[in-house]
Amino acid sequence: MGILEVKDVNKRFGGLKALSDVNLSVKENTVHAIIGPNGAGKSTLLNCLVGKLIPDTGSVMFDGQSVLGRKPYQINQMGISRVFQTPEIFGDLTVMENVMIPLLAKRDGAFRLHAFESVEDETDLRHEAETMLEEVKMLDKRNMHTASMSRGDKRRLEMAMCLIQKPKLLLLDEPTAGMARADTNNTIDLLKEIREKRSITMCIIEHDMHVVFSLADRITVLAQGTPLVEDEPQKIKGHPKVKEAYLGEAA
Amino acid sequence: MLGLGKKDTTLLLIVAALVVFAPFILNPFPGGSGMAQFNAGYPDLMQRFVIFGIFAIGFNILFGLTGYLSFGHAAFLGVGSYSAVWMFKLLSMNVLPAILLAVVFSGLFALLIGYISLRRSGIYFSILTLAFAQMCYALAYSVLTPITGGETGLQLAQDDPRILDAARDSGNLPVPGLFGLEMRSTADLVLGDWVFTFSAGYYFCAVVMLISFYMAIRIFRSPFGMMLRAIKSNQHRLNYTGLNARPYTLAAFVISGMYAGLAGGLMASMDPLAGAERMFWTASGEVVLMTILGGVGTLIGPVLGAGLIKYMENILSKINGDILHSWFAFLPDGLEDFIVTIVYPFIGKGWHLTLGLMFMAVVIFLPGGLVEAGQRIARAVRGRRSDDRKSATTEPAE
Ligand SMILES: Nc1ncnc2c1ncn2[C@@H]1O[C@H](COP(=O)(O)OP(=O)(O)OP(=O)(O)O)[C@@H](O)[C@H]1O
Ligand SMILES: [Mg+2]
Repeated sequence: MGILEVKDVNKRFGGLKALSDVNLSVKENTVHAIIGPNGAGKSTLLNCLVGKLIPDTGSVMFDGQSVLGRKPYQINQMGISRVFQTPEIFGDLTVMENVMIPLLAKRDGAFRLHAFESVEDETDLRHEAETMLEEVKMLDKRNMHTASMSRGDKRRLEMAMCLIQKPKLLLLDEPTAGMARADTNNTIDLLKEIREKRSITMCIIEHDMHVVFSLADRITVLAQGTPLVEDEPQKIKGHPKVKEAYLGEAA
Repeated sequence: MLGLGKKDTTLLLIVAALVVFAPFILNPFPGGSGMAQFNAGYPDLMQRFVIFGIFAIGFNILFGLTGYLSFGHAAFLGVGSYSAVWMFKLLSMNVLPAILLAVVFSGLFALLIGYISLRRSGIYFSILTLAFAQMCYALAYSVLTPITGGETGLQLAQDDPRILDAARDSGNLPVPGLFGLEMRSTADLVLGDWVFTFSAGYYFCAVVMLISFYMAIRIFRSPFGMMLRAIKSNQHRLNYTGLNARPYTLAAFVISGMYAGLAGGLMASMDPLAGAERMFWTASGEVVLMTILGGVGTLIGPVLGAGLIKYMENILSKINGDILHSWFAFLPDGLEDFIVTIVYPFIGKGWHLTLGLMFMAVVIFLPGGLVEAGQRIARAVRGRRSDDRKSATTEPAE
C-alpha cells in the first residue's frame, strides 16, 4: 500500500475525457514523477488529489483516508501541500509573511482568532521561516513585496511555503518551468537535500527530463488521460510507448 | 508600549495628542472674525468626528484587510443606536450599559447577516449586505415600529421604567451620563477672542475612540490580521495552505459590525434619540467614502477620511451666497458676480459636488487616499533635504 492510492479515477469536461481509468500508487518516501505531453491530464489529476476537482468516479486515498468530499484546506491539514503550475502566492504581502502564513496554518489549524497576539512576537516561527528562506536563498528578500518578483523567485517562494509545512506529500506542478538553468539546478539540489533530511513523499510533474531523471524513483507516463506505463527511470528512457506518446504528439 | 512596536506607539500617541487637544486645534480662528465659521471645535461636531472615526476604523478592518466591501454597515450603526436608547429607557441613563448592549447586539446582528452574506464574495457580497441594510431600514419604518418608534424615531419618555435609576420628580427628561457626569455638560475656557469648549461627551467619545484605535492596531499586527490580508491577496492560495477563509471573514465582519454598533451607541449617548434614517444606504455609502478618501487598509486613513467628510458636511455646507459675496467684495462688481456664480455650486447645499469631485480625484490620482498624499509629501520633503545635504557635502570638495 502506498501513501497515496488513486483508483479508477475518471474525469470529464463536457465531451472531453481528461482522465480515464487512472490508477496510481505512490509509495512513502519516494519521488514519483508524472510526465506526459501537454493536455495529457497531469494537472487535472493533481486537482483531483487536493480537492480542487472531484472525480466523476473512482477513489483517492491518502494515508488510509479518502480525500474525496473534503475541502482543500482540510486536505492540506491532512498533510498534502501543492505547488501550482502558475505561481500562487500572496502578492500584496512580504516574502516573510508569505512563509509565516503556512507555518501558522500548520501550528494553529484552519482557524484561530489570534487577534491580540503579535506576529512580531512569534520568535520561534520567525526563526523557522528565516531558516527556510535561507535554504531557498531568499533571506535577503524577506521584506520585499512579492508582486514585483521574477517568476523564478515566485516559484521558489511557493516551494518554500509548501516545504515549511513539512507535508507528508508534496505535489509539484512543473516546479522549474520558467526558471533559469542555474535556478533549476538549485531547485534539484534543494529537493534532494529535503529528501535526505526528512521523510517526505513527492509527486512531481515536469517537462524537463533532466529534472525528472535527477529526482524520480518511479515515473508514470500519462497520455490523453490514461497512464501508459509506470516504471523505474532507466526502463522508461527507451520505452517504445513513451516515444510514441511524445513523438505522436509532435508529429 | 502596550504591546505595540515603536512606530505604532508613536502613531497612537500622536492620535491621542490630536484628540485631547482637538478643542484648541480645531478652533484656530478667533471668535467674531470672518474666518470663525471655519472653526470646528464645538462639541457637537467634535463628537461626530470621533464617533464616525470609530465607525470608519471598524469598517476598515473588514474592507481594508479582507477586501470585502460591505454596503450595509449603517444597519449596525442603527442597531447600536436603538439598543442604547432602549437601555436608557429600561435600565439606566448611565452610558456604559447602553454602549455595552449596543456592541453586543450589533455583534449578534452582524453574525447573522455576515453568516448569510459571506456565502458570496465580490459584488454579490456587497449587494447582499446592501439588501439586508435596506431591509432593516424598511422594517424599522414599518413592522418594527413598536421597537423602533417608526417615523418619529425612538425617544425617551417621562414614564420609562429605568429600573436602576432613582425616581425623578422634575418635569425634564433625564440626560445620559457617566455615573452622574452628564454627557452634555461643558466647560468654557476664554482666552482673549477665543472661546474653547470642553465637553464631557466629547472626551468620553475620544477615550472610547482611542481604545478602539488601539485595538485596531493590535488586530492589524496580529496573525489574525495577517490572515485577513492574505484573504484579500489570494484566497485560492489560502485555501490550499490549510486555512479556512470563511470563519476569518466572518470574524472580521462581526468585529467591524461591533465597531459600528459602538459608534451607534455613542451617537445615542450624545443625543438619546434613534431614527431609521441612520440605517439608510447613504449612511452605509458614507463610511465607504470615508475609508477610501482616507486610505484603505491604513491605520489612520479612515479617521482622517471621517474627519474630512464630517468637516465638509458641517462647515462647507454652511457657506452661502451672501458669505461668498462678502469674501469677493474687493473685486469689481462684474468679476465678483462671475466668481461667486462659479464657486456657488460647490458650497452650501452643493458640498456633495465638491465631495464627489474630490472622491474621483483621490480614486484616480491617489489610490492610497490622504495617507498616500501625506507619504508623498513626506518623501518629497525628505528627498529635497537629502539633496541639500548631498550638495552641501559635495560643494566644498569642488
Ligand atoms: N477546468 C477545466 N474545464 C474544462 N477543461 C479543462 C479544465 N481543466 C483542464 N481541462 C482540459 O483537460 C485537459 C487536460 O488538462 P491538464 O491541464 O490536466 O493538462 P496537463 O497535462 O497539465 O497539460 P500541461 O502540460 O499543458 O500543463 C486539457 O485538454 C484541458 O483543456
Ligand atoms: Mg498542467
